Amino acid sequence: MTERAVTIPINGEGRQLLIPENRTLLEVLREDLEMTGTKHGCDLGECGACTVLLDGLPVLSCLVLAREVDGRSVTTVEGLAGDAGPDELQTAFAELGAAQCGYCTPGMLLSARALLDENPAPTTGEVREALAGNLCRCTGYVKIIDAVRLAASRSPE
Amino acid sequence: MTETPFSVIGRRLPRLDAVDQTTGRIRYADDLTLPGMLVGRQLASTHAHALITSIDTSRAEALEGVRAVLTGADLPITYGILPISQDENVFAVDRVRYVGEPVAGVAAVDRETAERALDLIDVQYEPLDEVVTLDQAFDDDRPLIHGEGFGKNVHRSAALEFGDVEEGFASADHIREDIFSFGGTTHAALETHAALASYGTDGRLTLRSSTQIPHYLHRALEKVLEMPPERIRVIATPVGGGFGGKTDPFSHEIAAAKLSMVTGQPVKITLTREEVFYTHRGRHPVLMWLKTGFRSDGRITALHFTTFLDGGAYGSYGIATLYYTGALQTSTYRIPNYRFEGVRVFTNKPPCGAKRGNGTPQPRFALECHLDKAAHDLGIDPVAIRLRNVVKPFSMTVNHLRITSCALTECIERVIEASGFSGKYGQLPEGRGVGFAIGAYMSGAGLPIYWNDMPQSEVEVTVDDSGHVTVRSMATDIGQGSTSMLGGIVAECLGLEPDDLTMVTADTDLTPIDLGSYSSRVTFMAGNAALEAGVRVRSRVVAAVADELGVNPGDLVARGGRIELADEPGSGTTWSEAVRCTVAATGRPLIESGSYRPPELAGPYRGSGVGISPAYSYSACVVEIDCDRDTGMVKVEQVWLAHDVGKALNPMLVEGQIEGGVYMGLSEALFEEHAFRGGLHRGPSLLDYKMPTTLEMPPVECIIVESDDPEGPFGAKEVGQGPLLPVIPAVANAIHDALGVRIDETPFTPDKIVAGLVDLSRGGTGRVGPKAVPDFKFPPLTRVEPPEGFDAR
Ligand code: FES
Ligand code: FES
Repeated sequence: MTERAVTIPINGEGRQLLIPENRTLLEVLREDLEMTGTKHGCDLGECGACTVLLDGLPVLSCLVLAREVDGRSVTTVEGLAGDAGPDELQTAFAELGAAQCGYCTPGMLLSARALLDENPAPTTGEVREALAGNLCRCTGYVKIIDAVRLAASRSPE
Repeated sequence: MTETPFSVIGRRLPRLDAVDQTTGRIRYADDLTLPGMLVGRQLASTHAHALITSIDTSRAEALEGVRAVLTGADLPITYGILPISQDENVFAVDRVRYVGEPVAGVAAVDRETAERALDLIDVQYEPLDEVVTLDQAFDDDRPLIHGEGFGKNVHRSAALEFGDVEEGFASADHIREDIFSFGGTTHAALETHAALASYGTDGRLTLRSSTQIPHYLHRALEKVLEMPPERIRVIATPVGGGFGGKTDPFSHEIAAAKLSMVTGQPVKITLTREEVFYTHRGRHPVLMWLKTGFRSDGRITALHFTTFLDGGAYGSYGIATLYYTGALQTSTYRIPNYRFEGVRVFTNKPPCGAKRGNGTPQPRFALECHLDKAAHDLGIDPVAIRLRNVVKPFSMTVNHLRITSCALTECIERVIEASGFSGKYGQLPEGRGVGFAIGAYMSGAGLPIYWNDMPQSEVEVTVDDSGHVTVRSMATDIGQGSTSMLGGIVAECLGLEPDDLTMVTADTDLTPIDLGSYSSRVTFMAGNAALEAGVRVRSRVVAAVADELGVNPGDLVARGGRIELADEPGSGTTWSEAVRCTVAATGRPLIESGSYRPPELAGPYRGSGVGISPAYSYSACVVEIDCDRDTGMVKVEQVWLAHDVGKALNPMLVEGQIEGGVYMGLSEALFEEHAFRGGLHRGPSLLDYKMPTTLEMPPVECIIVESDDPEGPFGAKEVGQGPLLPVIPAVANAIHDALGVRIDETPFTPDKIVAGLVDLSRGGTGRVGPKAVPDFKFPPLTRVEPPEGFDAR
């Protein structure tokens, strides 16, 4: 397999990598960079656990080839918190018990982040729409939806 | 807020690992790596039923980067979760019994190499006739799946009678019979199973695995690997969803261990999603026939309940599941005469086992729909017929279950009130409907899986000289929050905050026994052990401080990080001072332990070990739906669920369990189908295996009912499994209320609803479901006298 050099800004830090052509972004994150915050539940684009932000938009990292993201910015759960502290979503998820086993949580947080970036005050219906690609087997989504709404209500603006 | 005597108990506190969960720092099994780690993979059978005539691994072994290849011959010792069904091998020996069964395993330097090696293993099969359906399993001319020759593939059957059922029917004013079928479903936890084994130069094996049962896994490793138990350490990593799907010892866990022993390097095996579907151990498909006698006022005079379980290829929990399909009917209703007959068969499909509610959602579905139909027959309100039959608190059932706290009536009343059921039932416009049902579940199985008379749970609390508290327990957090529950109980005892504590859990080297996260046992059992340990630590500290201050120990409390006089906040001494004082005074470290062993509850008959529990939780549920007449699509508008949890130690976590149980109940009612075409899974993927997303999930109103159980820790009972039970029949009953059709077979998919409507329009009853049960001769009935003092009237 031919390899290719790529530079991927991940959570604001440029990472230079030599990767096989068929390597997915998920594999690069979890295996090459040992950033295991991003999860996987299917590796086939069915569960949403591997969601990360690519240039601010949610993508399923198991379906994205790492070579395609050369030079584009990637945000993972490890990069959600800023200098000012945790993201409002992280705080709200913890506070309301929106994570049970926690396995879907990183993907949920990133899908929700993308939503709030675009729509700071979503309705419940809009939250449901935005998270429809992220499966959760534990919570029935009830507290997840509540947490996203709570985070939105607390965000500045 | 009402004043409570507690400082931690009853508070909506975040989980202790909430920050790790929301920042990506929590490490699940597949997130772990070790230096020099190899990747393990397993080769799956491509046949549902075949003899293995040869396996040639030489080409795989010759591949560069391959470190080891194992087959059935390398691990000949059988295992299984129940001592009475030790019928599994790590890799199939001589014969495969389902598509996906592991046949060989490899360890290689990376995943690509391991997968290429699998392709190079040459297995020759000689296909046998498949046994896939119940009818085939009862066919005398099909090959036996276990054993040689031909015949019925019966794994186990049971026939019990309590009281006198015929007499009960004779005294009935109305008798009703029904047949129901519950389809198989699987757990589909979001985390796929993973296990990381490392065999050290010291001859010790460490296995980190996403398991709910580190203790039982430890025993399986000991048996199959023929290793002394003290050389094995099992660590359960945080489990990314369990639901019973990680309560068996698995092939990949033992394989990873053996591969590490053979290679001398760490080996990790992570199942693919497809492999998880084959690993299964999910809900048994059950066909049910039942007959009930009623008095004209709705009181039950006798129940005869018959179950036919399709067990898949191996035993797993199946014998327990079989008995569970007959055990808990009496835990909600006073049934004076009861007969249970059940049979579990083997088929060439992935093995069924324990899924949330193990063996009880199926009969609960049947019974609650059956009661709704009987209420119609008798012209009684569906709520009234239940209220007329509910069990009494602190009573014995005819099959010798000891009922203690029971707020079932309050659950019913509150859910009916909150949902406005009475103003809606039978009165909503066509296409809209409400359904009602109830359920009950155990707070832990009364007996351990293998016979022993040691405690089921032990907890150690160690306090160092700085006052820092460490809690040790083998209880395994599968997302239900058991670690936070234990921390909360100990913190309450010591007057500290839960996040002051260090929790060490689920590690067979470092923590005292807890049998595992199954049967909703952890809050009741490990919780009681934690309470005892916490109280012992507090007593020592309080005694020492009382001595030091010259006050009566009874006047001191542990509160807000101090040991102080109850009526003088701020008096006394700080916790850390108190600890130093205690250690100095007694001259020994501040370490205490507690344990829990359930009372002896088993009745006087074989099979009585299943269903007994130190306490039962109760639920009542109302579901409101909107159903499209043309498409048969059901939209769930809202669910109300009242649950008698004894005492909500942390109401937020309790609600989470109720909401998750409602979700899974709806999912099984309307979507999930672990279905097969012959021996082939119809769709082993999360796309084909349908589950609700945020768009299908309705709002849920949780009503927490507290009955303050006299034996539960702070009065608490279970919440993890019970709330699922009434949801499925409540949906079925709502569909009937909306459209007049009876779908007696899960899931209630649009095609079945449309078929029911078509039947109705042609003058039929609008019923869709199985019409007959197999003609199987159950063993002679074991007749059991009801418990002493049981009032049969
Ligand atoms: S891992 Fe499931 S969608 Fe990517
Ligand atoms: S919290 Fe377990 S999958 Fe969502």
